[in-house]
Amino acid sequence: MKVIVCIKQVPDTKGGVQFNPDGTLNRAAMLTIMNPDDKAGLEAALRLKDQYGAEVTVLTMGLPKAADVLQEAIAMGADKGVLVTDRVLGGADTWATSTTIAGALRKLEYDLVITGRQAIDGDTAQVGPQIAEHLGLPVISYAQEIKLDGDSVIVKRQYDDGYHMLKAKMPCLITALSELNEPRYMTPGGIFDAVNAEITTLGRADLVDVDDSNIGLKGSPTKIARASDKVRKGAGEKIVPDSPEDAVSYIVGKLNEKHAI
Amino acid sequence: MNKMGAMNAEELAKYKGVFVFAQQVDNQLSGISFELIGEGKRLAEQLDTQVTAVLIGSEVAGLVDELAAYGADKVIVVDDPELKNYRTEPYAHALASVINEYKPEIMLVGATAIGRDLGPTVSARVATGLTADCTLLEIGDFPVNPIPGQEQKHNQLLMTRPAFGGNTIATIACPDNRPQMATVRPGVMQKLDRVEGAKAEVINYNPGFTPNNKYVEILEVAKAVSDIKDIMDAKILVSGGRGVGSAENFKILEELAEVLGGQVSCSRAVVDSGWKPKELQVGQTGKTVRPSLYFAIGISGAIQHVAGMEESDIIVAINKDEDAPIFDVADYGVVGDLNKIVPALTEALKAEIAAK
Repeated sequence: MKVIVCIKQVPDTKGGVQFNPDGTLNRAAMLTIMNPDDKAGLEAALRLKDQYGAEVTVLTMGLPKAADVLQEAIAMGADKGVLVTDRVLGGADTWATSTTIAGALRKLEYDLVITGRQAIDGDTAQVGPQIAEHLGLPVISYAQEIKLDGDSVIVKRQYDDGYHMLKAKMPCLITALSELNEPRYMTPGGIFDAVNAEITTLGRADLVDVDDSNIGLKGSPTKIARASDKVRKGAGEKIVPDSPEDAVSYIVGKLNEKHAI
Repeated sequence: MNKMGAMNAEELAKYKGVFVFAQQVDNQLSGISFELIGEGKRLAEQLDTQVTAVLIGSEVAGLVDELAAYGADKVIVVDDPELKNYRTEPYAHALASVINEYKPEIMLVGATAIGRDLGPTVSARVATGLTADCTLLEIGDFPVNPIPGQEQKHNQLLMTRPAFGGNTIATIACPDNRPQMATVRPGVMQKLDRVEGAKAEVINYNPGFTPNNKYVEILEVAKAVSDIKDIMDAKILVSGGRGVGSAENFKILEELAEVLGGQVSCSRAVVDSGWKPKELQVGQTGKTVRPSLYFAIGISGAIQHVAGMEESDIIVAINKDEDAPIFDVADYGVVGDLNKIVPALTEALKAEIAAK
């Protein structure tokens, strides 16, 4: 069984967000991590490897330095890495990203494709279902549990008010939630393997059945009209009361003043 | 595969009207459906057109009048036994077929666990752009300011959304493809006042449903068994974070909420610790709330939390850490021990309210 996990290298928002003077994100100044939902998807694939001997390939699209995140995945236990990188692929929105990744997947063999539900930089949750659509695969989003059943997968699919247990025949695509599992750490042996692991690099010319009008900035139907860092409401008052009683009379006073109670 | 190129002016002009996906679950319309009709109507008025609700399900005709009461001018009903429970494929086929047949200029879908699956699939199928989790929609020009040598298009849908966990906002346009599609965050747009007896023009449409490999099998449908009221409807929320310390200690927040006639909600840390269910979570990965009064108790105020509550009318924060970022958004911040302040506040408010 062959599983391909699509992963993304994202800036780590926990370390604080840095801005350039023009208001755009200063990505270079921020640490990068493997996107959390993707990491859960990778862990799910590695469990299929542990249990059923699945071959796990990780694929990412990005700048050449995104190879780091593939090495991290290999150090966790993935078998192979594929880096999709080309200058003409830059500036892609979710449509152009999904057509590109679908083009790369057509070149590879798989029974199951796993993506994270969404990346913490864009938060769109669009690329997974869009890849499935381009490839004509069944898609199950928001996976909380993944089991194999013969040539099918059984997935617990989260909704706002409960869940569905769904069964899909492979090949199919699943988008994983970070709640799915607790990803494992890299192992010393894995790190050693990662240094020597072969990472395949695919460029524009390697993409199968992808039109030039569907890649990169030019192939992106959505365009940025304006971007800025968020203007937040200013801080109000803050007091350090001498006693809980003072705190209470302050809050009650303010709520009365505002007719909030 | 689906290919897309920029549409020419003639093709673009074929797309008219504002359509909204009227989400229903178990033949109950979701709140977002009314919010989208309200927002869709506002946009439609600016474009001198109408708002059409697209209702997809099985035996859902009974819901049409409710959509009309909240402002839908037209309702397109796709009714088929295959559509009983939400599944990506038959629903995507239904909505994509409606779009291809009726050609709306704008297509809005709720950014729910259903809409965030349906929206991307449909946008890829009809070959257009999709902007996720929008919090503000406007009609305007693209580019916003004229650029020499580039056509400035008017009456475009400008879609504003937070990105980066709420650290940045971006406004997106889809100038060369139709429909202009957006998923819209629940709890942000305003529904219209209900007009009893309002009627909408009804169009029944069925594109035919033939199961294929993309139809997944539903083995089990499980509802979260709870009688928890939706925190998005609460006027007063008493929200607790990791600082509350334990599931048991939420009792003091519950007592405060009860005195005020409010409800308890929480931060993600509380859900991750298993102290409260996910339905009560406020924030980027939880719910967006805008109550008239929001207490943030023992909540540090990570940007992901703030993104879900900063529109509240009055924010009161209680935290022992003087530097907690929650104080940057609170109207009234109190630095101190919640274990002492909250019970005392409950008693004081009880007396205050009794005296009124």
